[in-house]
Amino acid sequence: MSEAKEAWRGFKGSHWTEDINVRDFIQNNYTPYDGDESFLAPPTEATNKLWGRLQELQKQERENHGVLECETEVVSGLTAYGPGYIDTSMKELEKVVGLQTDKPLKRAFMPYGGIKMAEQAASTYGYKINPKFSEIFTVYHKTHNQAVFDAYTPEMKRARHAHIVTGLPDTYGRGRIVGDYRRVALYGIDFLIKKKKEDFANCGSGTMLDDIIRQREEISEQIRALDGMKQMAAVYGFDISKPAVDAREAVQWLYFGYLAAIKTQNGAAMSVGRISTFLDIYIERDFREGTLTESEAQELIDHIVMKFRMVKFARVPSYNQLFSGDPIWATLEMAGKGMDGRHMVTKNDFRFLHTLENMGPSPEPNLTVLYCSSLPEPFKLYASKISINTSSVQYENDDVMRPIWRDDYSICCCVSATETGKEMQFFGARANLAKCLLYALNGGIDVKTHEQVGPELPKITSEYLDYDEVMHRFDQMMDWLAGLYVNILNLIHYMHDKYYYEAAEMALIDTDVRRTFATGIAGFSHVVDSLSAIKYAKVKPIRDELGLAVDFEVEGDFPKYGNDDDRADNIAIWLLKTFMNKIKKFHTYRNSEATTSILTITSNVVYGKATGATPDGRKAYTPFAPGGNPSYGAELNGLLASLNSVAKLPYEYALDGISNTQTISPQALGHTLDEQKVTLMNAMDGYFDKGAHHLNVNVFGTEKLIDCMNNPEKPEYANFTIRVSGYAVKFINLTKEQQLDVIARTCHKHL
Amino acid sequence: MTIKGLIHSTESFGAVDGPGIRFLIFLKGCNMRCKYCHNADTWEFDGAEISGTDELLDKAERYRTYWRKTGGITVSGGEPLLQIDFLIELFSKAHERNINTVLDTSGQPFTRDEPFFGKFENLMQHTDLVMLDIKQINTNKHKNLTGFGNENILDAAKYLSGINKPVWIRHVLVPGITDNDEDLRKTREFLDTLGNVQKIEILPYHTLGADKWRKLGLKYPLENIEPPSEAQIINAKKILGII
Repeated sequence: MSEAKEAWRGFKGSHWTEDINVRDFIQNNYTPYDGDESFLAPPTEATNKLWGRLQELQKQERENHGVLECETEVVSGLTAYGPGYIDTSMKELEKVVGLQTDKPLKRAFMPYGGIKMAEQAASTYGYKINPKFSEIFTVYHKTHNQAVFDAYTPEMKRARHAHIVTGLPDTYGRGRIVGDYRRVALYGIDFLIKKKKEDFANCGSGTMLDDIIRQREEISEQIRALDGMKQMAAVYGFDISKPAVDAREAVQWLYFGYLAAIKTQNGAAMSVGRISTFLDIYIERDFREGTLTESEAQELIDHIVMKFRMVKFARVPSYNQLFSGDPIWATLEMAGKGMDGRHMVTKNDFRFLHTLENMGPSPEPNLTVLYCSSLPEPFKLYASKISINTSSVQYENDDVMRPIWRDDYSICCCVSATETGKEMQFFGARANLAKCLLYALNGGIDVKTHEQVGPELPKITSEYLDYDEVMHRFDQMMDWLAGLYVNILNLIHYMHDKYYYEAAEMALIDTDVRRTFATGIAGFSHVVDSLSAIKYAKVKPIRDELGLAVDFEVEGDFPKYGNDDDRADNIAIWLLKTFMNKIKKFHTYRNSEATTSILTITSNVVYGKATGATPDGRKAYTPFAPGGNPSYGAELNGLLASLNSVAKLPYEYALDGISNTQTISPQALGHTLDEQKVTLMNAMDGYFDKGAHHLNVNVFGTEKLIDCMNNPEKPEYANFTIRVSGYAVKFINLTKEQQLDVIARTCHKHL
Repeated sequence: MTIKGLIHSTESFGAVDGPGIRFLIFLKGCNMRCKYCHNADTWEFDGAEISGTDELLDKAERYRTYWRKTGGITVSGGEPLLQIDFLIELFSKAHERNINTVLDTSGQPFTRDEPFFGKFENLMQHTDLVMLDIKQINTNKHKNLTGFGNENILDAAKYLSGINKPVWIRHVLVPGITDNDEDLRKTREFLDTLGNVQKIEILPYHTLGADKWRKLGLKYPLENIEPPSEAQIINAKKILGII
């Protein structure tokens, strides 16, 4: 323990020294900062050189159709490679080291999710995986994908094929598990192994029931992963068996924990977690001891952020259609408040935002401010300024999340909260409720394929749609969908645990883990407006020769979600509550707690493409509005009316998150940057005080998007970042179809 | 008995129409026919939405949480002073509800004759800030641009200075029409005689309103005029003493 004493010198508190309890460590030791950004330091020469080199590599990557290189010979793992650097000739400049493979931006070969997908991902970019792996991972070892399809029922396959349940993690890693990477820095690996060994010794009474057997096997896997992390760090010349002794080690140790995760899993979201305040404690101690300057502190943060900007996975084209722009959701949080009422803004929160100035805008890491109106004004204004200049920040309401997830939660995907180190999540993609509504009208037959996908209920045959009749059928169809959806997810997560278990991440989470079961809704606004049209106007279905409603004529006006009109917004609230209550009726795998979300990432385009015309006037096979956003063209009363509508959705019924993306013309925020900052801050204060959950803020005019679409080669667009549902992308990395979709959305620009 | 207003539209989010975030109410009807008007669809009284004051204020208050310490409502148009009775009721009720009030006006209906003047004095009791356009300091050019001379508008400015009512002056900068250096200098000289000007804003002319003329079947008079360049804007700001 003498090493621990040295590493923990000057730190206060005692609970965290006995048991793993990072939250207790933070609460006892962090230094709230009420000042402004004037202390911040510019990039060092080393940062400029490394970032310059990385930008060259990113340019080569773009020129090479989006992938610089794919591994074809080595299966990724903690110790699959020797050391790798951004540029070997400049490796002494890297204050934080460690790459996923042996070369920067080279994509690893990760077959455990599914060998076919791994092969296809490589072949898409002209690489051929060594054929021996095909044999190994079909004949000798099963993958997650194979296992899921071994167990699917015909009904499940039909529903999946028809995209009424869609984006399922059955062909890719589920992700959304945030290891508490801070534990590596605070405790060192040996302490973590000791604690896991204690858990193993206390696991079960000797009666071998399913859950005990599985738990014992999983703890053993976790201990093996912890050993692997030590070896992985040793390759770079570091011994992480003991706690970090200073800020540089803390940053490096923490990054090694994260590196272990991204070497072993290509999950849909690989969040970093709430690390900013934690690292600030080490930086402040070094300041007190006179061993670190502000410039050096900023350099550490710039360098770890540079690493987060480099995370890459080999993915198949269908995945890229769902989640475009090559996102990995290295989500990282700042600010928030503690349970004791103190705000948790530290100087480090400024430093993380400042990376967007030192190294320019970037979609990753997915920088997230845990916002509430009572945060210190200088920080809110600085975040607003960064948003206005970079459109690279998202905001989530700490006032609605803190009562549920306490004060040490992380965002485990784009917008979903999870208590750091205490929880994991079964990610569940989305149920397409717009399609479900069409099934309700058409007796379970899909208008696109003419297949009987849903239950064979009577079709609605009236000339004009009757609200009560539609609601009755829709309710029945949602019952069916909720049950099927939950069971598909139960099956997927059973197999994921069995064949693609996240040992490295789970090793950094408590053994007695709380599990959430995160379902989701797609097509939300279109269902709301469709039901409103049926209720308040006259909707006449146009039927094809099979009697299926393939289009709709609407006579008269009807209220639409997004205008602060309770007639439509109450339908939205009803829809959310009803669907959530239906989901909750079913058994969920490993006694997880069901939640739901209204967030669709960029997959609103793909989901819409699979869905026929809807009674709100949306044309067949056109994009849905993203996440919790109102539909295109529905917002007629300006930004705040739209925000008010979204803010009415009760977060307690959508604990997995409600995303809202808004684009505002800079001129509409004010004449000068000072005015614009204040306006944006006031707008967010108002929105979040109303209980809304999330806001993506884009500040630019439509003209800029159009110019960027037409002239992507202009240097100023290389890093032009925009926020889409729950994350950020480089606009030039979107498909043309998605670019047009983004351009079509409302830009609030009242001048 | 409550007075009804003839409303063109409302907007929940205005950040450049007075202090802070504001709920905007655009009234119907205007006598002027400014060549650069970007709200030509508000000129006539027809096609208005008819609304009472309480109804409007209830709607505005849905956005109170965004106003924080500085925001409130701004009434613009059209020319709001053409519905001065409605305005008096709206603003006095707004003050009862502790809502900050801004009047965005061209000043064109202003006169010291009764019955208007008494009503205007009353309205000013319930107005926190006036945003007044000075479109052209030269009355002949003003007449050419808007159809009216500017004497009573400048008189309105003097009156507001006399009662020490906070005023923001707005000047739409149209190349070749309102950006002459001599005119701008004279504008500045006039403003120097006033004691109540808190802010002077240059609004660079833009062409976003041209489409509305076409939709109304009207020929847009400034078809060949481009928005001012950055240099022209800076020049005007310097002369007006903004920078």
